[in-house]
Amino acid sequence: MIRFEEVTKVYRGNARPALNSVDLEILSGEFVFLVGASGSGKSTFLRLVLKEEKPSNGAIHVLGQDLGRISSRKVPYFRRNLGVVFQDFRLLPNKTVFDNVAFTLQVIGKSKGFIHDAVPDALQTVGLDGKAQRFPHELSGGEQQRVAIARAVVNKPAIMLADEPTGNLDPETSAGIMALLERINANGTTVIMATHDAGIVDRLQRRVIEVIGGRIVRDERGGGYRTQATPIATQGFGMNVAEQR
Amino acid sequence: MRLGLVLSEVGQGLRRNVSMVIAVVLVTFISLTFVGAAILLQMQITQMKSFWFDRAQVAVYMCTEFATVGGCDQQAATPEQVALVEAQLESATLAPFIDTYYFETQDEAFANFQDQFAGQAVADLITPELLPEAFWVNLIDPTQSAILADSLGGLAGVESIVDQRSLLDQIFDILNASSLTAIGIAALMLVAAALLIATTIRLSAFSRRREIGIMRLVGASNRFIQTPFIIEGVVAALLGSVLAGVAVVAIVQFFVQGFLAESLPLTSFVGLSDALLVVPILLGAGALLAALSANVAITRYLRV
Repeated sequence: MIRFEEVTKVYRGNARPALNSVDLEILSGEFVFLVGASGSGKSTFLRLVLKEEKPSNGAIHVLGQDLGRISSRKVPYFRRNLGVVFQDFRLLPNKTVFDNVAFTLQVIGKSKGFIHDAVPDALQTVGLDGKAQRFPHELSGGEQQRVAIARAVVNKPAIMLADEPTGNLDPETSAGIMALLERINANGTTVIMATHDAGIVDRLQRRVIEVIGGRIVRDERGGGYRTQATPIATQGFGMNVAEQR
Repeated sequence: MRLGLVLSEVGQGLRRNVSMVIAVVLVTFISLTFVGAAILLQMQITQMKSFWFDRAQVAVYMCTEFATVGGCDQQAATPEQVALVEAQLESATLAPFIDTYYFETQDEAFANFQDQFAGQAVADLITPELLPEAFWVNLIDPTQSAILADSLGGLAGVESIVDQRSLLDQIFDILNASSLTAIGIAALMLVAAALLIATTIRLSAFSRRREIGIMRLVGASNRFIQTPFIIEGVVAALLGSVLAGVAVVAIVQFFVQGFLAESLPLTSFVGLSDALLVVPILLGAGALLAALSANVAITRYLRV
């Protein structure tokens, strides 16, 4: 579903690569936590999957497409298969909940009829049935994130990318959001979530990919936030990281 | 659905940026008015050229007692000399090129002169003896005056051969220069207009960067994102173009036809039909300019 082959990303004006020959494969229907310190390359990973950035080296395949071969004109159509959620929600403040979710469908040219069916569906999925006509500022942080998730899933994407979706929320609200993401994952959507929240990662026991200094130092299924076995890090990667810093 | 959405985005953008939109309208208005004026001036020149060049005559001036140039030696041309020139004009070599000609005596020249300069001081100083006799020749092809100059130039009693077109050329040079000036000003103003439109669109895109960000994220096509901005620029520029069109028509109607044509009744001026021909050009130029500069501005903004 997502495959990285020897992917390196170097930003201009920065000698140290944000990602350093990363190889990995994420299968359809997986729930993956991407963990690591700030600046370790998690966001770069997500941006590469979205084709917001081009890799400096290596190839990326998403949904059977080689991202290097998609013309820039076709990128928008590719992105319609992905849903994205951010830490800061990114809702439009002057639009109601309904319109925020509907906006996604309007701008990709869906019909009015489709929008009137799909938006209430999505709002129900995230548990915001009664709040369609509210404005974002009238909602709590958790509710705003639910709107953002509804917006991400309303077009039934195959992959959902979440960049620290619980970063601004209290633990209880975060748990609600995680339950929602698990339900979306259970319905067949691949979920990739970058996070700092150790509690969540430890509780869910899903696949964990740990990135340090642009390298994958751990990739374990059913892992926690802190590495226990440190299977890769002991093989010298940790030393490399220390040297690079 | 989509059209409605695009148009409502355009409306929002225009309302949010009122002051910049007004600036765009004014700058396109002024610049396109200059463009229109330049085009009309060129039309006027063409029209006057065809009008005057067809009527332009070649004058063959005969000697007076005071003339020292040409074939003159301070002696008035004798009747024999005049007859010789006339014979030349009638001859087989020249006749095919000549449409009509007539002879003007000193008294006739004097009468014409008095008419032309009536009320001016010079009219009192001139006597018939000072003015040369002349053959006024209308050529079939007015550009071939050199033939007359070649065949009559050396004859005794001929002072000079003057093609009126050379006098007209000076007038047209002046008109041409002013038309070029108008084009130059127009070009500068158009550059300013293009930059202003680009800046306005970039500002508008900046104020809607959240929407643009989300549109890009959820896979709105680039064309869908760009179109409202381009339409926004085009609408603003078209408003300016319409004003410029109105200004051009008003100038022709009230200044050229209303004032110039009445004070110079013998000259033919550009009319309302010419002005109406210029208006669509201005509208097209305004729309094209705006579409291009808005497109460049927004494409830059959308580039990753």
